[in-house]
Amino acid sequence: MRVAAALRDAAITGLVAAGLFLPLVALRTDVSPSGALFIRTRWSDAAILIALAVVGRFALVLWLGRKIPVASTESAWWEEPLRRAGKFFTPVLLLVAVALPWLPGTGRYELDLGILVLTYVMLGWGLNIVVGLAGLLDLGYVAFYAVGAYSYALLAQYFGLSFWLCLPLAGILAAFWGVLLGFPVLRLRGDYLAIVTLAFGEIIRVVLINWASFTGGPNGIGGIPRPSFFGLPFSMGGEAGSFAHTFGLEPSPLHRVVFLYYLILGLALLTNWVSIRLRRQPLGRAWEALREDETACRALGINITTTKLTAFALGAMFAGVAGSFFATRQGFISPESFTFIESAIILAIVVLGGMGSQIGIALAALIMIGGFEVFRGLEEWRMLVFGIAMVVIMVLRPRGLVSSRTPTVALGERRAISGALVGEGRG
Amino acid sequence: MSQAAILSVEAVTMRFGGLTAVNAVSFAAERGAITAIIGPNGAGKTTLFNCITGFYRPSEGAITLHHEGRDTALHRLAGHKIARAGVARTFQNIRLFQGMTALENLLVAQHNRLMAATGFGIGAVLGLSRYPAAERDAIDRARHWLEMTALLDRADDPAGSLPYGAQRRLEIARAMCTEPALLCLDEPAAGLNPRESEALSALLRSIRDGGCSLLLIEHDMSVVMGISDRIVVLDHGAKIADAAPAVIRADARVIAAYLGEGDEE
Repeated sequence: MRVAAALRDAAITGLVAAGLFLPLVALRTDVSPSGALFIRTRWSDAAILIALAVVGRFALVLWLGRKIPVASTESAWWEEPLRRAGKFFTPVLLLVAVALPWLPGTGRYELDLGILVLTYVMLGWGLNIVVGLAGLLDLGYVAFYAVGAYSYALLAQYFGLSFWLCLPLAGILAAFWGVLLGFPVLRLRGDYLAIVTLAFGEIIRVVLINWASFTGGPNGIGGIPRPSFFGLPFSMGGEAGSFAHTFGLEPSPLHRVVFLYYLILGLALLTNWVSIRLRRQPLGRAWEALREDETACRALGINITTTKLTAFALGAMFAGVAGSFFATRQGFISPESFTFIESAIILAIVVLGGMGSQIGIALAALIMIGGFEVFRGLEEWRMLVFGIAMVVIMVLRPRGLVSSRTPTVALGERRAISGALVGEGRG
Repeated sequence: MSQAAILSVEAVTMRFGGLTAVNAVSFAAERGAITAIIGPNGAGKTTLFNCITGFYRPSEGAITLHHEGRDTALHRLAGHKIARAGVARTFQNIRLFQGMTALENLLVAQHNRLMAATGFGIGAVLGLSRYPAAERDAIDRARHWLEMTALLDRADDPAGSLPYGAQRRLEIARAMCTEPALLCLDEPAAGLNPRESEALSALLRSIRDGGCSLLLIEHDMSVVMGISDRIVVLDHGAKIADAAPAVIRADARVIAAYLGEGDEE
């Protein structure tokens, strides 16, 4: 029985392998010494690879049996300990984040990586309001990130406004764009909403590229003012009035990096705090109810349009704030930084973390952004390894690392709700 | 229409393309009474319901709610404003927020009142408002309706995990948490066993005695005949009878169209 099954499985594997290796390995165009192109065939190499795949699969099935990985939306084994340890785990994670600049072995590279991860944590938490709580699939989230970045860069360039003034302004402008986009499109649902938001993301990028007289076009905007420590510049000279001089420190380029690190940590925590508070408020509950059942919401007198708009605007606002932070950190921005792949990464963080889960998203950002850096040693295999890891996680945990939902209010004890019951939203 | 009416439906017609689902139906639902709409499948009951609760806009006719000394033209209101005017509904295929607990479901139903207390979100985030008191009130109201529907011990369970009958009751509790003047129930007894139907009848009577008027669509004749004060019968989109249960039971047209010869009771 098992041998027959293994043989059949091996045959299928052989077919798939042949389909892959024949065009990819067996046929190869090469340049002949005379400079002409010719097709070099490598049948034996392909045959060896296919044989390896067939034998490997045969042995694997014979040995292990056909164990198919089962997708699960139930609480995973790590969720309950994680939740129980939540009182312990979250503060420890936070403590590590706060103490990172002072830990031994933390250099410029680690801090830069920390800043990058925290930027994505903030973006993930922001998008979580839209996708995770309100259930609106937004594929153009990076547009608001771009609006925030360009708001600061342009306000600084044309009006010389300071970073601290521009930070809230960028958030407000991004929220405004969120409302502007949201108003006409929020009557759309599911796939249609996704396509329109995707298009919006591209429109913003294309406008930034083509409106060269205003935005600098593809050349971007350089020389964006760096942030000051509440008015004290981080200058290398150590002159009077600089950060280093005021606090009697040796001038060091690390000061600014540490400051940026704490700044983004603070902004990310602000995003987290606002989302957690709102989730326990009527507005947050209405978002979740909207994700569960829009029709029922309407029957209960909830204004669907404004409720969706608040989610959209708030998500956009945090992206805008993160964008202006990005601009001041880089000192240079161009439309290159705001491509669709950024939206996709942020969405992947939210989905991987488990829609609606704050800690899940933080972990997912750490894995996605941090993990990507860790795999740097694998060079061109990095994308492959990363892709495989994503596929495996999504096969096993289609609802993300933390799929269960914690009730916002309870008469007795708060018990986690299995992800199987929780709606994913249809836009 | 009479002063005692809570809802008057006047010559409401609903067309979908060439199909006339509801044809010039008029009736009045009395204040503090249970009015039932019955009829064979496809008679236009749910369509009429959807017109009253704002899910459809009637092609012709007027629907007026007489509440708190004001007449509200429901056929002109946007969907979510109808609930604010005092009309709550339940659905034929239950529509609960499955991934939220029973208690959360009931709090979402009180969204508008709570939202006003939070200063529209901003005050509540900063912790500066009357919100905590408002939420305590909301939880007390939810607790009251959970008690009424015998769901208090399931308050912290996700709605989707409740048994079918409990989900039906929870939907009624959720609708009642909006503090409606008129509660519209679309087949509340569908899928319930006889004991549950009886409990439902008792619940509906107690809601009526609490001062809320009811309008229900139902196929379960033991429920309809047992609790209704008045019955409206629809067939092929038109009203064929409108009278007290005893009269309806004897009406030849109703028997021919719907009840049938072999009496169900």
